[in-house]
Amino acid sequence: MVELVRNYWRVIRSPSAYFSLGFLTIGGFLAGVIFWGGFNTALEATNTEAFCVSCHEMRDNVFQELKATVHYTNASGVRASCPDCHVPHEWTHKIARKVQASKEVWGAIFGTINTREKFQEHRLTLAIHEWSRLSANDSLECRNCHSAASMDITQQGPRAAQAHETFLLTGEKTCIDCHKGIAHQLPDMSSVPGWQ
Amino acid sequence: MLRYVLAILVLSTGVALAQSSIATLRGETPLTEEAEPPRMVPFADIGRQVRNYPEQPPVIPHDIDSYRIDLNSNKCLSCHARARTGESGAPMVSITHFMDREGQFRAAVTPRRYFCNQCHVAQHDLTPPVDNTFIDIDTLLSSEEAR
Repeated sequence: MVELVRNYWRVIRSPSAYFSLGFLTIGGFLAGVIFWGGFNTALEATNTEAFCVSCHEMRDNVFQELKATVHYTNASGVRASCPDCHVPHEWTHKIARKVQASKEVWGAIFGTINTREKFQEHRLTLAIHEWSRLSANDSLECRNCHSAASMDITQQGPRAAQAHETFLLTGEKTCIDCHKGIAHQLPDMSSVPGWQ
Repeated sequence: MLRYVLAILVLSTGVALAQSSIATLRGETPLTEEAEPPRMVPFADIGRQVRNYPEQPPVIPHDIDSYRIDLNSNKCLSCHARARTGESGAPMVSITHFMDREGQFRAAVTPRRYFCNQCHVAQHDLTPPVDNTFIDIDTLLSSEEAR
């Protein structure tokens, strides 16, 4: 047994002494392709709405609330799915968010929000996480679709046009500062500045 | 016998008349069925409408679709609350809304005035289903004077 381990270790320590350069190069390349492809496929599989709503916490709470909003039902039929807003699209940030999401796996295993009541209790904390994430990245996930440059404020209502001109186009505020609770219901807002 | 026949005749013609001629909000839909509701009318941007009498809750001159008012949040107050009006330029909710039922003025909108759309509705350009002959007091007074 010890002899076997020692033999393997010797091969792993200096594979070029036992295998040809061609085998190692092509083998390494193929292994890399398989690993990388598998990793990305797994990553993309966790980045779909079907994956999100496979947990009842998401399916019964936030997904039901989304269905009634314009981001799910609208005239043109263009819609946003969970990761469009909740996962950064750019690779490094996406990986960072996925690492953070290990906390959510913990929550799903130990049932942190496995009833409606527990979910409502945590709702403010969870909402604050998303609001601060979007404030920090200047509402990047909103802007992936809603570009301020392409926004024709003359076609907006007078109130919206005025607000966007004063606060959005000057960069004084970012989308999430005003547009909270547009896709899900709000938590108790009495402690949130700007709300009563 | 003849009396009964006559009574039945009178009753049935009455029912027939009522069915055909009396206009109701329900229309001629039988009680066992649900009428097709009229299509929703989108918000009409017809400018700020003047109140018809001083006590009228002003109608809302903007769209309020998807503005939630519930236990957790009140979207109206994020513009119309006293502290928010400076930034939003919206009119402040009137002082009467701060008064509780004991007549005390409170620091914020009192619970009985919290649900804005109990009294305030968004403006729509509609033909009323029932006519009414309401005229406001100024029109009434000037027509009295003219007489």
